[in-house]
Parts: sequence; C-alpha cells; structure tokens
Amino acid sequence: MSNYSGISNPSDVHRDHDLHEKNGSGHRTLVLNMGPQHPSTHGVLRLLLELDGETIVKAAPDIGYLHTGIEKEFEVKTYQQGVTLTDRIDYLAPLSNNLVYCLAAEKLLGLEIPEHAQWTRVMLAEFTRLNSHLVWLATHAIDIGAMSVFLYCFREREEILRIFEMFSGQRMMTSYFRIGGLALPHPRGWQKRVKDFVDIFPSRVDEYENLLTNNRIWTGRTKGVGYISLEDMLDLGVTGPMLRAAGLKVDARKDSPYSSYEKFDFEVPTRTENDVYARYLLRVEEMRQSHRIIKQALEGMPSGSHQADAPGIVLPDREKMKTQMESLIYHFKIVSEGFRVPEGEVYQAIESPRGEVGCYMVSDGTQKPYRVHWRGPSFGNLQSTSKLIEGTLIADVIAALGSMDFVLGDTDR
Amino acid sequence: MIPEALTANPTVAALADLATSAKFEFSELTVETAPEDIVEALSRVKYDLNYERLTSVTGVDRFPEEPRFEVVYHLQSVAGKSRLRLKTRVSGTNPEVPTATLVYRSAEWYERETFDLFGINFSGHPDMRRIMMPDGWEGHPLRKDYPITGARY
Repeated sequence: MSNYSGISNPSDVHRDHDLHEKNGSGHRTLVLNMGPQHPSTHGVLRLLLELDGETIVKAAPDIGYLHTGIEKEFEVKTYQQGVTLTDRIDYLAPLSNNLVYCLAAEKLLGLEIPEHAQWTRVMLAEFTRLNSHLVWLATHAIDIGAMSVFLYCFREREEILRIFEMFSGQRMMTSYFRIGGLALPHPRGWQKRVKDFVDIFPSRVDEYENLLTNNRIWTGRTKGVGYISLEDMLDLGVTGPMLRAAGLKVDARKDSPYSSYEKFDFEVPTRTENDVYARYLLRVEEMRQSHRIIKQALEGMPSGSHQADAPGIVLPDREKMKTQMESLIYHFKIVSEGFRVPEGEVYQAIESPRGEVGCYMVSDGTQKPYRVHWRGPSFGNLQSTSKLIEGTLIADVIAALGSMDFVLGDTDR
Repeated sequence: MIPEALTANPTVAALADLATSAKFEFSELTVETAPEDIVEALSRVKYDLNYERLTSVTGVDRFPEEPRFEVVYHLQSVAGKSRLRLKTRVSGTNPEVPTATLVYRSAEWYERETFDLFGINFSGHPDMRRIMMPDGWEGHPLRKDYPITGARY
C-alpha cells in the first residue's frame, strides 16, 4: 500500500472514503471514491482520488466495469457478422468503427471498393464525427454547468441520427458499412435531407460559440485547466484532439489517407494552449471542417455501385438472387457459412472522433477471424488521467476529464 | 530468417542482430525477435528510429502450437508517418516477457490487459494485476482453450 500512498490497489478500498495519516505528523489526506456511477464520468469509470484539502495528490483510475468480451466474440462470428459488434464498442461513433473493421478485412481480401461507396463512407464517417463531438460538447458543458448548450447540441444530433436512420434503418447501431461496400444503396431523397442539414449547420455552430466561447464562466472554468505536456501524452498513448490541442499536427486522414480522404479539401486544426479551453475550440473547429467534407461529398458524390464487384463476398442483387441459380447459390453460401479470408495479419488505423482507432486482424484462412484486437482511443487517452489531474483542484477534475472525451465502452470493450 | 528483399530496409537493418525473422506483407512491416531481446529492440526503435508512440500491446494465442503465445507491439512514428509491428513468441508454460514500460510508459495498461486476458506475465511491470476482469476471476478469457459458452458464476 505504499506506492499509491494508501490506494495501491483500488479494490483494497471498501469504504467510500478513508483518512490516511502521513508519517505521524498529524497531516492527513482523504481518499475519495468517484464513480463508477458518477454522472460526469460518462459511463462507469471509477476514480480513486487522494485529496490533501482540495488538491489531488494521487489519482488512480479503475476501469473494466463495462468489459463485455467483444474481442473474444469476434472469434466465433463470421467476418460479416463481426461488423455488428463494432457498433457496440464505441457507441457514440458507430460508423467510424464499422469503417476501420471493414478496411482491415478488405485489406486482407484485397478488395477494391467503388468510389461511390468510398465517398459515402467518408460522408457518413464525418457525420459520425459531428454526432460524437455534439454529444461531447453537450455533456461537457452540462458537467461544467452550462445547461442550455445540451439542448442546442441535441437538436442537431437528432437530425444526424435521422439521417443515419434514413441510410441504414438504425439510429445508433447502424452497421451500414459492410465488408465489400455498403449494406444498402442510398435511400431516396437523401440529397435533400443532407443538403438541408449542410445549409443550416454552420449557423448552428455559431450559436454554440455564442453561448460558450466568450462566456466568462466558461473561460474561467476551462482556461489554463487540464494541462499535460505533449511528451507525456505521446509517451502515455494519447491520440486525437488531445494531441492536436497541444500543437502536434497528427491526423490519420492526412497522414495515411484511407477511403479516398485524399480527394477532399480540409484542414487539420491545431491549437497550442493545451488546456481544456483549447480542446473545446479545437473540436468546434473540427466540426466546421467535417461540415466542409460533408458538403464536398454531397456535391461531388460519384455515381456507381454501392458494393464491390466481388461475387462470393458481397451479397448478390436481390432481383438476381430470385431469378438466377448462380446468384441464389452465392447468396446461400455467404449467408450460411460466410467467406474465406486469406491468411495474414493487418493493422488498420483510422481517425475516429476520439483519436486513433485501430483494428488488428489475424486471419487463419477460415470464415472467422482468428483474432481481432481493438485499439480503442479511449483506453489510451484514459491512461493519462493520473498525469492530467494530479496536482490540480478537485473542481477541475470534471473539466479535465470531460476534455478527454472518452467512451467507456471503447475503453473496456 | 530475414528475406533478401528486406535486408536493405533501414528499420530491419537497425534490428538485424536481434531479429529472428522479418516480413513485409499488406504494406506492413513485421519484425520478430526473441523474448529476451524485445526491450532492446523497442528502445532502439524508439531512440534510433524515432518511433515516438507505442500504439498497443496485445497477444495472439496459437494453441496448441508451441511456443504458444505471440506478443505483438504496434508502433507509430508520427514524424516519419510510418508504422511498425514487433513480435515475440513465448511458451505456453509460464509465459513471461520483460516489460516495455521502461521504454514506453503507455505499455503499462496494455501489458496489464494482455496479462489479464492471456495470462502472459510481464516481468518488471510496476503494477501487474487484472484490469478488465474482476480481481478474483479464474482463467484468461482470450486464450483459445477458454470456453466461449457456459456460465462460470
């Protein structure tokens, strides 16, 4: 019980708080248990905070409350069935997860995806980023005390979820990207729906900024709070907006473009202040950039097929399946036993709203993955918690944690 | 063994005396070393080849093959815009690998996760205990001989 001065092993603490006397000097610290059901930990994160007055001396995060064995489950599902599991890992960015999983499998299969499907993937992945950033902004603001921002953000999020529903039939667990392309062709009338959103969204971002950017309470709670050096972040495995708010221009969409991101014109915003406020400004700017990408995708959407020309991997056309023997056989084989994926291993990384999400897929040549490892951005980011909040005041913990934007489903998998 | 085509690769060349094998497949470079050399390989990769980030550490269970476990390290060079995979294989009886936490601090949780789910021990790790499963859990769920169905409550 020495190295964490009283909280070496979180499970040792059975009471909610505990007083520790140091060196018999009469100076005592308090161990406070925050979570796992604390509303501002966004899920089931448990933090053990050792307090000296209001200052945090030591912080020990305890995770695993949401572990559902998804990596094990991949091993007993066929490749195509695995897509549905990816939605449930990071439930605020389902399409980003679909995308990285499909890209990994397509790399192993050597599939060429038609441009139409690639652009749709980009467009919907950016909608996912907006969706995730809006939920982040809404809840982060509510944590700090700005109630109304929540309602503004959820208004636009609702519209995004309706667009998801239009494309995939589902609001949250979309599973719209499949290995080989998209699950369904575009719905009728999608252009109008997306265009209405694209037209109105920039003014809505202005509204959020009006509420927060120069708000004295907001700046007072966030400026200069939650500093962590760039070296520490790189060393501790932090990715995404946290790094960019510290001035490092790293974004997989630019560094190693996937799914034709190289064809889109957008900026990777960076900030240098490296505090909670900078992370807020950065994500707001990312929303504007995502809007730019969506607009380009809407205006320049290439025509073509929504699926690769790969019989035996993608399901045949419904009409053909009913009239042609060959298609019926393929349909039956794909549904009943899946397709074989060549032996090998790949690591595919993309830029999810939270940072680098990576899918390490090992195939042994059968219809089911031999091993899928999910490198969730939240897990890496959360590892920096102790470094981020130690030495700060307890009131700043909520702001600093919120600026990380983690999802516990993604952390624990 | 290292294939002829890869000997000129600067990353492979820097690890030539440690590497037991190397391959370049799907545009991804993999270098395999012996378990006792892995920390040396990681520190060379970090300090000489400028791979600032250890992205993840995980395992693959090749049951019933022997040596049974692969421990896989994924690295990224932000400045060089490149990625690298290091690998090592350990036996199924008392699997143990030296910890990478002295080179990359981010290995701490990833190694705990690998320990928890595969039962691979990382010697020298500052805090080697379960991270996902409850403390009193028996067995390591991602091993291939761990049952996928059947409650064990």
